[in-house]
Amino acid sequence: MSDPLLEVRGLRTWFETPKGTVKAVDGVDLTLERGEILGLVGESGSGKSITGFSLLGLVDPPGRVVEGDIRFLGEDLRSASPRRLRDLRGNRIAMIFQDPMMTLNPVLRIGTQMIETVRAHAKVSKAEARAKARDALCQVGIPHPDERIDAYPHEFSGGMRQRVAIAIALLHKPDLIIADEPTTALDVTIQSQILSEVQTLTREMGMGLIWISHDLGVVGQLANKVAVMYAGRIVERGTVDEVLDTPRHPYTRGLIDSLPMENDRGQPLRQIPGNAPPPLGRPEGCPFRPRCARATEACLSEPAETEAQGRGWRCFHPLEEEAMA
Amino acid sequence: MTVFILRRVLQAILVLFITSLVVFLGVYAIGDPLEILLPADASMAERAQVAASLHLDDPLPLQYLNFITSALQGDFGRSFVYNRPALDVIFERLPATLELVTTSLILSLILGIPLGLIAGVKPGSVTDESIMTGSILGFSLPNFWQGMMLIMIFAVWLGWLPSTGRGQTGDILGIRTSYATWDGFIHLLLPATNLALAQIALVIRLTRTGVQETMPLDFVKYARARGISERRILFVHVLKTILIPIVTVLGIEFGSLIAFAVVTETIFAWPGVGKLIIDSINMLDRPIVVAYILVIVAMFIVINLIVDVLYSLLDPRIRSRAS
Repeated sequence: MSDPLLEVRGLRTWFETPKGTVKAVDGVDLTLERGEILGLVGESGSGKSITGFSLLGLVDPPGRVVEGDIRFLGEDLRSASPRRLRDLRGNRIAMIFQDPMMTLNPVLRIGTQMIETVRAHAKVSKAEARAKARDALCQVGIPHPDERIDAYPHEFSGGMRQRVAIAIALLHKPDLIIADEPTTALDVTIQSQILSEVQTLTREMGMGLIWISHDLGVVGQLANKVAVMYAGRIVERGTVDEVLDTPRHPYTRGLIDSLPMENDRGQPLRQIPGNAPPPLGRPEGCPFRPRCARATEACLSEPAETEAQGRGWRCFHPLEEEAMA
Repeated sequence: MTVFILRRVLQAILVLFITSLVVFLGVYAIGDPLEILLPADASMAERAQVAASLHLDDPLPLQYLNFITSALQGDFGRSFVYNRPALDVIFERLPATLELVTTSLILSLILGIPLGLIAGVKPGSVTDESIMTGSILGFSLPNFWQGMMLIMIFAVWLGWLPSTGRGQTGDILGIRTSYATWDGFIHLLLPATNLALAQIALVIRLTRTGVQETMPLDFVKYARARGISERRILFVHVLKTILIPIVTVLGIEFGSLIAFAVVTETIFAWPGVGKLIIDSINMLDRPIVVAYILVIVAMFIVINLIVDVLYSLLDPRIRSRAS
């Protein structure tokens, strides 16, 4: 069998700060095949975005990938040269950020930024690059791409800007796209349009997609596989159906319960008690312990992952299979 | 846009009017030019005659009224000292100063921006520390002392460059300039460098701060995530973003350099307006002083207008807001 599209083992990304070491990502494993969409879910500060940046070597100092193995189609990305990483970025592995208002350079035209992306990875003339950029805009459903290509980012609406970002990501038909909360800043109708387009594109082009989000609802609509992150670790993983229908980790269960549901109308929303632990004061043992109703003495030591065929959780007291029934 | 320009023109007229009033009163208060123009033993009759010929015996409001009416017709009076129209005297000298100032601004841009970029990209590195230390010297050493050191090193010890005066000039596109001849060019180098040193330091600091503020922004990270080279990120993405504050400051500096090039002009015996104005103040040559200040104010107004136009060229967001 050939190498998986992406395989991450024991990834640790730490930030050395004057107050101590922030273990933003602390032992993350991920596997992704072509055509798969992996939802990486977690609260703010759980390390999900840093995980995404770590894959591309884009963690800003003082942050550093201190340990782990990142293999992209078998190639070790952690020991790849800066030059090689630059060749891969935007080319074989593309990234979409949360807010395209902040990520597209406001003083450069959309076309300029697309053309430079094309020409960073392909020896083509400006005119060819422009044609390619135009086609990409067309593909993501931007009306009048010939005129809009000369517009500036602020002349687009939020949804259109995110389409531009997706178009840029698709320019080189990448093998893998890492999307960091790309629809969070959009309103719901635009969000579902974009979700279904992304789903189609992933399937048609045979790409892998990592969809980083705090929104379990969106991930449930879109992804095949889910990994739930808490305090720098993946606490539960599996297919969407497995994780959403029969969550085993109490934290996942809490996340699902806190989604607003149709039949709970008028009821107060259920929330997970307490707050995510501060990055410098994570409790010993299971980091979810202080917020967990099922915690016991055993949870003072760190739970190992119970794993079988891609389904796994880190908990001493997992919920029963039929818990959600 | 038309409304914008119209408003600016009205503002400009108001500013010029107020300046003329303030300057006229100020110069009147400095002293009586007759004391300097006439020999100490002049008779009362001679005094009265000269005062009448220069209209210095009119009451002050009338003097100002006369001045402003002829100024509106483009006549700023005749210099007491040179006995020629004040504007002619100024405009004869202005090109030399403009040439000096422009050259030093160009120097400060082509040296200051790259140095600032290099320093800003790796803050705390040895290169950064050296550049920043150098820029502190540029800021803090007195301008006249820097000028004398330049003459000492390059003219006296090394003998590479002439120390004083403006060299041969020639015509390029109908403008008399030192750039037309080699002699003129090498005469320009030392004074322009002297004037540029503080500006280079300023541009370095502005650029460095700009780079440091811009590099952590998301669009830089996104550009990296797209595989854009570091060089292009720095010279296109970052530079274009930080040009706005640099243009603003240099616009203001351009005006003040013209107005205050006097130290450099004095050290290097450069025949510009800076030297003219100091001489004229000493001689209480009212028409020159008043006309000079009005010319400088007008120039500031024009420069500010140009800066505003440049803004909209540099930042598309300002452009669309204006339209």
